[in-house]
Amino acid sequence: MFGYLIKRLITTIPVVLMVMVCVFAFVHMLPGDPARLVAGPEATSEDVDAVRRSLGLDRPLPEQFVHYVSRVAQGDFGMSLKTRRTVAEEIGARLMPTVWLTVFAMLWATVIGLLIGVISAVKRGRWQDYTGMIVAVSGISFPPFWLGLLLISLFSVHLGWLPTGGYGTWQHFVMPSFTLGVGVAAVMARFTRSAFIEIAREDYVRTARAKGVPERRVIWKHSLRNALIPIITMVGLQFGFLLGGSIVVESVFSWPGVGRLLVDSVNYRDYPVIQALILLFSLQFIFINLLVDVLYVFANPEIRYK
Amino acid sequence: MTSTNIIDVRNISVEFRGEEDTFRAVRNLSFAIAPGETLAVVGESGSGKSVTSLAIMRLIEFGGGRIVDGKITFNGQSGSRVLSDQSMRQMEAVRGNDIAMIFQEPMTSLNPVFTVGQQIAEAVRLHQNCSDAEARAEALRMLEKVRIPDARRILDRHPHQLSGGMRQRVMIAMALSCKPRLLIADEPTTALDVTIQAQILKLIRLLQEEMGMAVLFITHDMGVVAEVADRVLVMRHGEKVEEGTVEEIFDAPQHPYTKALLAAVPRLGALQGQDLPRRFPLLKADGDHRDASGYDHHPPQDTVTGDAPILQVRDLVTRFDIRKGLLSRVTGRVHAVEHVNFDLRRGETLALVGESGCGKSTTGRTLMMLQEPNGGQVLYKGKDILSLRGAERQEMRRKIQYVFQDPYASLDPRLTVGFSIAEPLLTHKLVKPSEVQDRVVQLLRDVGLQPEHARRYPHQFSGGQRQRICIARALAGDPDILITDEAVAALDVSIQAQVVNLMMELQEQRGLSFIFISHDMAVVERVSHRVAVMYLGQIVEIGSRRQVFENPQHPYTRRLLSAVPIASPEGRNRNRPLIEGEIASPVRAPNDPPLVAPLVEVEAGHHVARHPIGDFS
Repeated sequence: MFGYLIKRLITTIPVVLMVMVCVFAFVHMLPGDPARLVAGPEATSEDVDAVRRSLGLDRPLPEQFVHYVSRVAQGDFGMSLKTRRTVAEEIGARLMPTVWLTVFAMLWATVIGLLIGVISAVKRGRWQDYTGMIVAVSGISFPPFWLGLLLISLFSVHLGWLPTGGYGTWQHFVMPSFTLGVGVAAVMARFTRSAFIEIAREDYVRTARAKGVPERRVIWKHSLRNALIPIITMVGLQFGFLLGGSIVVESVFSWPGVGRLLVDSVNYRDYPVIQALILLFSLQFIFINLLVDVLYVFANPEIRYK
Repeated sequence: MTSTNIIDVRNISVEFRGEEDTFRAVRNLSFAIAPGETLAVVGESGSGKSVTSLAIMRLIEFGGGRIVDGKITFNGQSGSRVLSDQSMRQMEAVRGNDIAMIFQEPMTSLNPVFTVGQQIAEAVRLHQNCSDAEARAEALRMLEKVRIPDARRILDRHPHQLSGGMRQRVMIAMALSCKPRLLIADEPTTALDVTIQAQILKLIRLLQEEMGMAVLFITHDMGVVAEVADRVLVMRHGEKVEEGTVEEIFDAPQHPYTKALLAAVPRLGALQGQDLPRRFPLLKADGDHRDASGYDHHPPQDTVTGDAPILQVRDLVTRFDIRKGLLSRVTGRVHAVEHVNFDLRRGETLALVGESGCGKSTTGRTLMMLQEPNGGQVLYKGKDILSLRGAERQEMRRKIQYVFQDPYASLDPRLTVGFSIAEPLLTHKLVKPSEVQDRVVQLLRDVGLQPEHARRYPHQFSGGQRQRICIARALAGDPDILITDEAVAALDVSIQAQVVNLMMELQEQRGLSFIFISHDMAVVERVSHRVAVMYLGQIVEIGSRRQVFENPQHPYTRRLLSAVPIASPEGRNRNRPLIEGEIASPVRAPNDPPLVAPLVEVEAGHHVARHPIGDFS
């Protein structure tokens, strides 16, 4: 178990390095001179040279990369061109709202998706199944930006129940986390349904019934524990996608998170921030995958004892 | 029958409702079982025997079935209940408590995410008013009762850490934990090796005597029936064909189907005193008799020709590394094939027999060049085939063909049967494209199928027909040698006998040599000219069929033969000693090869291992 964890951690190192190469190359692949981009359009050529030297852009690429990695390792992502504050500060202030939004969206979406999926599987071919799957297909089909606007027009403009955007109270969370989670809930529902139908055919489910295990327990204990194994993988993947999805949702609901920071930075061409955010998103993905693998070990004894 | 019967099934019918039509799986079936009695329900696939058992448990409803007619009465300690009228909630109190069930597949019948202890304790807690600690203590007691060594440690194991035989013991422990009045055993030993089967059958019988319960034993294996049953019920197409005491059924079967079924059963010792193998004397159930007694007799299989062997295997060694841990270090080695030697002559059938993990399949795969050996030589007509590369190797693959165990998995479901058979012809460019069609038709005829079958897909055929198709495909390349790996093991007995006869007929016509890999001693006795018994990767005994079966020299051969259930109630010996222990494992520490010594000749052509191997020293 411990050995497995260490092994898993070691295998993430090359992935992290690959990501850093890509992020590093990002600035160098942009059209034009990065020094000029950083210095701004009005800078003189002396200014550009100064920036180039201060950023170390006159050095050979491998040396620049090593320098970049060591700076990142120390938490130094450079300065935001827009606010002249450090990128770390800039992201730090925006990180938690996004984390909370994602976690809330993920929580409700997983619970509801799982419920719909299990009910659809158990009531396969009956009205509960059809209703559940219609809801799920609709959930996948709604584009979040459109759903968000629809919700704002109904609950904020017409009914006046919820704020149109911003961050603070629980009311602020309702519509953004709903919008963000709908797609995930729909995918979870469909996935859980098929995983469950598969497991219902397993011999050990029949064994449980032959023991006299009440049907409720057959579903929620014997079947669900086994279904969780593929579901955990799915949750991890979806979590990663949610981080991407938050970019749209945060823009629609003026959410002060990293998603909107990314959009703002792209508009302003604030390259150091963009670079840091891309790295952050990638690392989050890797971290979540790692977490999934650890959870997987707990859910699946066959891996635990290998 | 009186109300003292534990279970009384009266005229039940079970239906499965499909989208278009309704399938009646069991029709108007009646039987009863008295306390302490064992009723065996036998029949081939699709006879409705498993459906019957699931109907008694009312588990059939979860599979889309329904009891549409009749009455199932159960007489328990708390009075009599009509099971067919109970609600699902009421049935939960009966299942596992009054009636318990064990299933065929021990590998998949236990929940992989819970420990063995949790699963047994759950059954105890469901039906008995007790604490978690008491339930766990009871689970431990049950594990000891089913003779699991080191039960306390096994309690916290997950199913995947146990062997098939161990898992089946756990299933039995779980089923018996609430002292049911009726135990339903649905093919409980079919997936197990013979020595383990003998252990489990003996165990069920001992516990039955101890607890006085009734047993409904479902099986397709007439040998097992003769071993366990007091009374027998024969089923076919969902109906009762015949019912009687085990002696009546075996000694004086009344119905032609029962007679045909018994004729097809391979019986150990059937060819005693004969030198050559011989086809099954099959009874035509539909009345197409060939001689007065109704059996269709064949001459002995005198097909071996020439003195020079067509295939010589010399010192063949195949091992697999087991890697573990951070650095994938080799922590163990599977010694699948250890210095195996044998010859095969033209027209000869050599059987490789042994239990799981003995290396018989790996030997076959190595000969097929599907597995690289670690050492040794395989000479085909004097030429070493293992050193061949490229086109020569390809040509050699044509000469040696393989038929696998599972006819469902070894045909591509999206290709027509004709295409599957034509493929080797095209790959090896054996005939002109214009003649391919004719060859396919000829091959289909050779294996007893119709030309129009070429256009159909595998799912339109039964298991036996598919195995015929696989044989036709193997024959397409015009091979000299066929390696059949448990090729008839998954088939019903009557079909199995037909396919075995077909293989022997083809051997006679084409002078084919067979390497017949099997665990079934009775079938091996039927088909083989020579037999090699494998244990832990080594051949422990090799000789003519008659030598090995009538004068077994190695203790492992004797153990194997004594574990085979005899398909005759007189032959059963319920007091024979219970064989202990597990199937031996061929896994050893790295750089610790087993001792291998040349076999000792005990009579002309009969060689036996005299050096210590595994448990035998």
